[in-house]
Amino acid sequence: MGVEAEVLAQLLPEFERTHPLVKVEIQQLAWTAAHEKLLTAVAGDATPDLCQLGNSWIPELVALKALEPLATHLASSREIQAEDYFSGVWQTNTVDDTLYAVPWYVDTRLLFYRRDLLKAAGFDAPAQTWSGWLTQLRAIKRMVGPQRYAVLMPLNEFEPLQILALEQSEPMLREGGRYGNFRSESFRHALGFYRDLFAESLAPTMTNQQVANVWNEMGKGFFSFYISGPWNIAEFKRRLPPELQSSWMTAPMPGPDGPGVSNAGGSSLVILHSSKHQQSAWELLEFLSTPAIQQRFYELTGDLPPRRSSWQGGAIATDPYTQAFRTQLERLRTFPQVPEWEEIMQEMRIMAERVVQGQQDVNSAVTAFDAQVDDMLAKRRWMLARQQNKAAATP
Amino acid sequence: MSARANTRGYAQSQSGWLFALPALALIGVFFLLPVIGALLLSFTDFDLYALADVGNLRIVGLHNYHTLLITPMFWKALGNTTVFVILGVPLSLIASLGAALLVDSRLTRFKDFFRTALFAPVVTTLVAVALIWRYMLHTRYGLINYLLTHLGLPAIDWLGDPHWSMPAIVLLAVWKNFGYNMIILLAALQNIPEDLYEAARLEGASAWHCLRHVSLPLLVPTLTLVSIITVSGYFQLFAEPYVMTQGGPLQSTVSVLYFMFEQGFKWWNLGFASAVAFVLFALILVLTLLQLRLARRLGET
Repeated sequence: MGVEAEVLAQLLPEFERTHPLVKVEIQQLAWTAAHEKLLTAVAGDATPDLCQLGNSWIPELVALKALEPLATHLASSREIQAEDYFSGVWQTNTVDDTLYAVPWYVDTRLLFYRRDLLKAAGFDAPAQTWSGWLTQLRAIKRMVGPQRYAVLMPLNEFEPLQILALEQSEPMLREGGRYGNFRSESFRHALGFYRDLFAESLAPTMTNQQVANVWNEMGKGFFSFYISGPWNIAEFKRRLPPELQSSWMTAPMPGPDGPGVSNAGGSSLVILHSSKHQQSAWELLEFLSTPAIQQRFYELTGDLPPRRSSWQGGAIATDPYTQAFRTQLERLRTFPQVPEWEEIMQEMRIMAERVVQGQQDVNSAVTAFDAQVDDMLAKRRWMLARQQNKAAATP
Repeated sequence: MSARANTRGYAQSQSGWLFALPALALIGVFFLLPVIGALLLSFTDFDLYALADVGNLRIVGLHNYHTLLITPMFWKALGNTTVFVILGVPLSLIASLGAALLVDSRLTRFKDFFRTALFAPVVTTLVAVALIWRYMLHTRYGLINYLLTHLGLPAIDWLGDPHWSMPAIVLLAVWKNFGYNMIILLAALQNIPEDLYEAARLEGASAWHCLRHVSLPLLVPTLTLVSIITVSGYFQLFAEPYVMTQGGPLQSTVSVLYFMFEQGFKWWNLGFASAVAFVLFALILVLTLLQLRLARRLGET
């Protein structure tokens, strides 16, 4: 998908040299259309052998019975050891205790920030707690005035709020992903914090489209903090002028009362259940998981490798901007593994936008949203109940 | 005698059917069957789980329709679409009629150039156009706000303010589509015999009278056609919000079709999405019938 497929073509000759009987064909999909195309491919029985998958889509494809469980392959593999992978991201590849995928690269989000502006506001480094961070954001806002902001939280992205909610103690779904748990103290706290950032004008009520060019705007100091992912390291390096290169940096997420966790996004490699070349597909998967290849993959794409040993050599070990990610990767939290998750998150974004725009208060918003989420999960509850009944009927 | 005529008529109609058969078969396979399929689908809860295993499919009767009618988002989408149609259709008709009259006028020079230039937005890709329009509508750097502030008016947050996002979409859609109707109206205008105008002018009619009493009455059938096509087309608003706003801000640009797309192809609730499709179909059908009746009335008077 996207740039990964282009880069993969450069790495494959090496694989084909060591595996002369295997011929690999790549099909490239645009990220924006990939989800729809994959589901259609599954419906039409036209799936590939090996596939890159956004790891939030795994539960969906597991529900479709489209993925091959990988436990037996893993047990006999000398290349891939579960312990070497960052555990948060490894868990996203496991649904109901069965491994269906191997992480390929990780997209967690954290703080991109303007060092010089933070310094000018009187701070050496980003705070590690929400309250400390809030103090910094307020100081920056006082400094930059009404036309500029302290942090960008694009209203068209659910991830910033998702991360704030993941940092809380209570999960967003309860009873094994059967009901919404958004009226919990935890979520209301996260949503309240999120709303206040807009209410205090620390964050602009804008979408990415309205900002139009986030890199330029950060360069101009329109905002000083931005919660984003590793793909933006290369963008900031490329798009900011040389004199600004030393004035931006990355830092791990602050948490409610200490260093925070972040989301375990990214892409994984899966073997499709219908594949007739399971062994070759697994060998290719192993090849793509070797540290040497992952280091080169990082150099070509900027995608961060999901295993610790891949971080020990090459350019990634020394790049100053990736070090905060290395720290953050040890503190990832997995979102609930239900197929409806993406839809729930999109609806959460809509609900949060209403709260931010002042159309609904936090308490009534979360109560109504819980009811909405319960509706979305109704079919899942029915299915789970039926499975349990079946299991109970067969002695 | 009458019996023979009947048999001949029968044989004739039989061969007629035979000739029409290939076309009918195509319509049946590629139109009728899917429509019936979708109708049946709208009575089930077909979703991701049912795609995995048909055993997970439940027949739910009219449940989808009932849920639809109590879903606030559907009503919001219907409201948005109605606003779009009410603002967009008259604007689009006026723009295309105006442009057609201008291009048709004998005083206009470089007719071919203008005809092509005004038609150009219709054939350009919406995605490319949307990119330009996003910059034109930009709050701080946009050309439109630049002009507004020069005229002493306040700048408008076109794509960020839920009150202005739909007008912005209307603007884009009208600009993008008026050329198509313009060509149809232009053809109709050029079909009006010149001697009618000549006669009118001999009677001392001004240009306005010519337009009001010669051109417009003769354009009524074409205008009816154009307005029916435009109304049904505008009710199917989808691509503009999809590329410009993704339905935002605050769901102010979610149209019925966009709502259906999200339900069907993003969340795979195909049963529910089919119900949306049929409600929209019924709505457009009723509106078209109303328009036809209205046009017939107009034609009689």
